[in-house]
Amino acid sequence: MGTMFARGLKRKSAEDGEDVEGGLAGAQAMPSYSLQRQSLLDMSLVKLQLCHMLVEPNLCRSVLIANTVRQIQEEMAQDGTWRVVAPQAAGRAPLDRLVSTDILCRSVREQEGERPAPDAGDGHTPDLVPGLATVPSAQALRNPQSSLWEVDSSRENRGGFQKSLDQIFETLENKTSGSVEELFADVDSSYYDLDAVLTGMVGSTQSGHGSGLQAFSPATAAPPSSSCRSDLGELDHAVEILVET
Amino acid sequence: MKRGSHPGCRPALGCCQGPRRDQLQLLHSPRGSVVRWRGQSCDSQQDALLAGIGVLTQDTLWCFSQVKGTIEIGATEADIISTVEFNHTGELLATGDKGGRVVIFQREQESKNQVHRRGEYNVYSTFQSHEPEFDYLKSLEIEEKINKIRWLPQQNAAYFLLSTNDKTVKLWKVSERDKRPEGYNLKDEEGRLRDPATITTLRVPVLRPMDLMVEATPRRVFANAHTYHINSISVNSDYETYMSADDLRINLWNFEITNQSFNIVDIKPANMEELTEVITAAEFHPHHCNSFVYSSSKGTIRLCDMRASALCDRHSKFFEEPEDPSNRSFFSEIISSISDVKFSHSGRYIMTRDYLTVKVWDLNMENRPIETYQVHDYLRSKLCSLYENDCIFDKFECVWNGSDSVIMTGSYNNFFRMFDRNTKRDVTLEASRENSKPRAILKPRKVCVGGKRRKDEISVDSLDFSKKILHTAWHPSENIIAVAATNNLYIFQDKVN
Repeated sequence: MGTMFARGLKRKSAEDGEDVEGGLAGAQAMPSYSLQRQSLLDMSLVKLQLCHMLVEPNLCRSVLIANTVRQIQEEMAQDGTWRVVAPQAAGRAPLDRLVSTDILCRSVREQEGERPAPDAGDGHTPDLVPGLATVPSAQALRNPQSSLWEVDSSRENRGGFQKSLDQIFETLENKTSGSVEELFADVDSSYYDLDAVLTGMVGSTQSGHGSGLQAFSPATAAPPSSSCRSDLGELDHAVEILVET
Repeated sequence: MKRGSHPGCRPALGCCQGPRRDQLQLLHSPRGSVVRWRGQSCDSQQDALLAGIGVLTQDTLWCFSQVKGTIEIGATEADIISTVEFNHTGELLATGDKGGRVVIFQREQESKNQVHRRGEYNVYSTFQSHEPEFDYLKSLEIEEKINKIRWLPQQNAAYFLLSTNDKTVKLWKVSERDKRPEGYNLKDEEGRLRDPATITTLRVPVLRPMDLMVEATPRRVFANAHTYHINSISVNSDYETYMSADDLRINLWNFEITNQSFNIVDIKPANMEELTEVITAAEFHPHHCNSFVYSSSKGTIRLCDMRASALCDRHSKFFEEPEDPSNRSFFSEIISSISDVKFSHSGRYIMTRDYLTVKVWDLNMENRPIETYQVHDYLRSKLCSLYENDCIFDKFECVWNGSDSVIMTGSYNNFFRMFDRNTKRDVTLEASRENSKPRAILKPRKVCVGGKRRKDEISVDSLDFSKKILHTAWHPSENIIAVAATNNLYIFQDKVN
């Protein structure tokens, strides 16, 4: 799990020419809270995108995921760590950064020592939770890492919450204006927008099977993808016909 | 164990009968009670030991009875059972599957020759209830999967049930035909018209016995009333109306009228962008035909009274447990989403199932449940992975036993759990082919949470999350349960005398 994380970061740093390896090596494979929160956000957005592809999206699931996304973003806005995701990167980002976010399952009390405080103070000591032997080193890395992360991704604005929300959801809607809530519209003609399908395919076929899942059976993770693939096959076919004529 | 306190106790004789009369005796004496072997040996020492323990602890011992469905692993997705329901007498057991089929099992009459075996369930009728449809307006498929089956109380020789998929509810009549008329005047035995010139006498057709035929006919189709996916149907205690609930609305129907329904709950916001909560389950009160409850994805339950207003948007009672701030995480809301709500048979309590717990609520106390049972709390630290593979969205159902003293719900790895509300004891059992010897006693299972794993325990990381038990049913008056494990239906009974 930690190795996955380190590998991912190295790839990213190679692309961006940033050297995070030195800082990371000391972390001993314990991703920071903010990194894992970001990963959870990315995972959720991919899941929402997948909703487009299903027979008819399960509304309860979509609502729960969207609420989770809002929660994360509200927290990030409070922390002041909210950042814009460039539309092109949205498809690729989850693949690079989808790390195990088990740390997020832990209760708030356990996490208090790790969360970045709004004033970015390093003052409070974390609760020592059994099994979190690397907390001190994660703690030490918390601030430099988060700032490095932001530099990595070459993001520009950190404010403008509503605007960035729209930008993220725009990648899901693929140029239809509005927010993620349009996913719940009764009639959504963007379902079969080819761009949306293809973008979603890149995200969906490769995500969701990170190392954190190896202990678990894939369960019913297959059906959405398989229906996506069949959809994509039909769409490919349709496009071929159109192009030829 | 006190004299006279456990089932089968006959203190006047100075001894009691245990679960197997020919094997065990529970003897009462002034110095206490003791279990003694007697007579023939059991199928296995382990069974005998379990039987002995059961006698002493008053726990019910569950035995395998039957399994329905194919054995091969590559069964089609259409065979996956999506709902299980006993009828009001327990004589019939219905299942619905993802392929839109309904299979009804009927309990055979108990024969006097086999006192140790209760009546088994055999296939009574199979029919295709729903077909896949295509919604042309939205360019989306409508699945034929049967989401719920609910029986109507029997009022004549025929049986009636409601079955529903995502959009359409159907009323099915299941009736037997064991006679057929013979001796028509105008037609011969093969149904061909007779030449009128050859008819010289008139006769009255008579009914002659024929091989039993069970027919299922759709009597009503209640369609076009739901924009969103139907998750629940519930027959009212007046037996004239029923409700169907989807993600945002609940409709009230009269059985006789298919082209109209009354909308009694509507939580769709004017602006869909503001949608944050959906309806997850709904049920009528078992005795008060004006009351019903519905649960939400935010872990709340609302009790509504239809006498208060036509549109029951304002609840009479609102049940919600305050959140434990120390347990809060990004997944708190998701795991609080209620997947099933059931009234007790008495009508005094409701039971709700969320991802990790089952809760019992007293209708008179809204601010917290009176009982909370942990189903699989060891999953709490795995929520992120379960979110990733979508298991966190699995909708488990829960059921009461006939006397409301025991509740049951499913889990992963084909485990299911029972909680005795009186003794506060619980047990984990498994529905698997390995435990499928006739009348074999089910051995309690245990999940090892950490540290040393004992021999019979299974560790959390070894659980098979593709084997989930979402649907179970309990016979209305006896200790017979039906457990749906993917495409197999297991029937378990308690150990008979």
